[in-house]
Amino acid sequence: MSKDNQVLEELTSKEYEHGWTTNFETDSAPKGLNEDIIRFISSKKNEPEWLLEWRLSAYRQWTKMKEPTWPNVTYPPINYQDVIYYSAPKQKATPKNLEDVDPELIKTFEKLGISLTEQKRLTGVAVDAVIDSVSVATTFKETLGELGIIFCSFSEAVQKHPDLVKKYMGSVVPVNDNYFAALNSAVFTDGSFCYIPKGVRCPMELSTYFRINAANTGQFERTLIVADEGSYVSYLEGCTAPMRDENQLHAAVVEIYAMKDAQVKYSTVQNWYPGDKEGKGGIYNFVTKRGLCFGDGSKISWTQVETGSAITWKYPSCILKGDNSMGEFYSVAVTNNYQQADTGTKMIHIGKNTKSRIVSKGISAGHSQNSYRGQVHIMKRAEGARNFSQCDSLLMGDKCGAHTFPYIDVENNSAKIEHEATTSKIGEDQIFYCLQRGIDEESAVALIVNGYAKEVLNQLPMEFAVEAQKLLALTLEGSVG
Amino acid sequence: MLTIKNLQAKIGDKQILNGINLEVKPGEVHAIMGPNGSGKSTLASVLAGREEYEVTGGEVEFLGKDLLELEPEERAREGMFLAFQYPVEIPGVSTINFMKTAVNQIREHRGQPALDAVSFLGLMREKMKLVEIDQSLLNRSLNEGFSGGEKKRNEIFQMAMLEPKLAILDETDSGLDIDALKIVSNGVNKLRNKSNAVIVVTHYQRLLDYIVPDFVHVLYKGKIVKSGTKELALELEAKGYDWIKDEVSVA
Ligand SMILES: Nc1ncnc2c1ncn2[C@@H]1O[C@H](COP(=O)(O)OP(=O)(O)O)[C@@H](O)[C@H]1O
Ligand SMILES: [Mg+2]
Repeated sequence: MSKDNQVLEELTSKEYEHGWTTNFETDSAPKGLNEDIIRFISSKKNEPEWLLEWRLSAYRQWTKMKEPTWPNVTYPPINYQDVIYYSAPKQKATPKNLEDVDPELIKTFEKLGISLTEQKRLTGVAVDAVIDSVSVATTFKETLGELGIIFCSFSEAVQKHPDLVKKYMGSVVPVNDNYFAALNSAVFTDGSFCYIPKGVRCPMELSTYFRINAANTGQFERTLIVADEGSYVSYLEGCTAPMRDENQLHAAVVEIYAMKDAQVKYSTVQNWYPGDKEGKGGIYNFVTKRGLCFGDGSKISWTQVETGSAITWKYPSCILKGDNSMGEFYSVAVTNNYQQADTGTKMIHIGKNTKSRIVSKGISAGHSQNSYRGQVHIMKRAEGARNFSQCDSLLMGDKCGAHTFPYIDVENNSAKIEHEATTSKIGEDQIFYCLQRGIDEESAVALIVNGYAKEVLNQLPMEFAVEAQKLLALTLEGSVG
Repeated sequence: MLTIKNLQAKIGDKQILNGINLEVKPGEVHAIMGPNGSGKSTLASVLAGREEYEVTGGEVEFLGKDLLELEPEERAREGMFLAFQYPVEIPGVSTINFMKTAVNQIREHRGQPALDAVSFLGLMREKMKLVEIDQSLLNRSLNEGFSGGEKKRNEIFQMAMLEPKLAILDETDSGLDIDALKIVSNGVNKLRNKSNAVIVVTHYQRLLDYIVPDFVHVLYKGKIVKSGTKELALELEAKGYDWIKDEVSVA
């Protein structure tokens, strides 16, 4: 209740509020992509030979692959030679702790409402902060370390935990899974790594905050979460970027590996710069996220609130390999102005008695296009599998589009599948009802939209829920009346 | 408090209100009766500021202000309340949340600070008793899956929360059984005082046994064709509307 009001009260700024840039010196690769650039990145990061070889092999496969054309989005061809693949804030030395981090960087994150100073930070959340291509700080490392939890930047994990990285990297999203995953595997720069040992319940939310700062730079981060038997972790991801006229590419890979009875909850509030009202600029968000419920009784839950980006192409998925494992996907995707989103999930049921639940809430306004694309695949062995899918679309105005592409493949007759879909419009009646109670139009829209998305927002940790509600309202400002 | 002079309004090409005159003073209860389709709900909607209706003539003064110049939410904040004939469903938004937003926006308009959670809850508890409404209903999505009676009771609960200067109740009695009717009327009566007023729109005289009007007006074909005291309502009940129709066509 109070969080709703907080949201409504803070509804003041009209523009994308994270559109500023910070000036710090950067260390960048020249534009373009070839094997030398990959060697450059790998040597900058002081990587072992095996990882360089892994990257090069990914690159070679990528050069033979084609950009997918099936998503329901349109954009001019991307010139992959015109992108900078590595950009790092220049720091005197690798920071050992927060005191060594450039104050300018700490300020950048503070401006975003992310405090890297642990004392100031609400105790419930540990943060890994990534700017452009590198992680600049990870908080609460020691506290977590006492429980055997590893939470650090991907680069650090490569140095300190090479065996874990080598074993699990690419085990959920293979190098050649798709065009953007292959590209990421070749040029990924940083991201977060997380390992929860057997039987450990992670006592705080783990969070990565991604910020694109430099111009013409692509962001290619990789996140790998490994949850050992019986462990639990809740993971949050947030992101922003400056306003720029040109489009910027973001092609991330997130892999989750859950062993027997492990539970992983992954929440995203995606707020990359969406472009201006005429559709100029904005981030191309081409992301591969997948979780593998490897062990029996494991559970992976994706929650996403997608408000940003000019184009979104992402399908956080679950491979339900273990018997009795469970996958969930809760999504709110909002598009306004000229944004395009093609997003959804895949639930692949392999094990017996596997369950999946999909709740997707699309909201389209302005001239935007919003597609839900989802696949439920029940394989032969998946005796007693269950799926429930609910795909709702809400339209604001008559210039936008909402589309639903559900695919269902059933190879085992014992499966039970329920699919529900609705399309509705924000009614004049609903708005007038609010106005008549003294509520202004923008708050009315915020109220109605947040109500519509409630089932998904309820899945988010409290702190994120507030931010997400604000974002929904902000994204839709000026879209009625 | 409310002065309506020669009010005319249409929707699309259809002229519905054909010159309404009405004066409502603080402390008064006015009943507006009339056959279906005579324009009662239209009058209520026009007063509340619904955009689809175009005002084609006349003036309305509300508490010293030109009502027709005000946006719908400003009218509400100035103290006008409409209990809808058909309350709207808003999925995922509880009555509590809805009221909290409304109460605080109205308070802001009046230069008062927002109510904190505790004071709001206190206010709510007090008003809940007034209309004998259960908190579990208020926790549910607004009007979604409510019975007809629950919807109407919820409207009056909202009225109690917002403490309007002028409340227009549009067929609040329809869909209520006798017990619910008593409860709702009782709630409205408890909310009455010297400085506020109520316009009750109804078909039936039944409601007026409980909410006793000072004046009764008959609306027919977009005009008030007859006004009187509560006896007029009884006469209408006994004789139906036909004699009024005849009177009008003779005149
Ligand atoms: N949205 C609308 N579009 C067209 N005609 C309408 C609309 N609303 C009301 N009307 C017409 O206006 C007249 C008055 O309706 P209404 O005000 O609802 O009457 P009452 O409430 O007295 O039954 C009726 O003939 C009705 O059909
Ligand atoms: Mg009516």
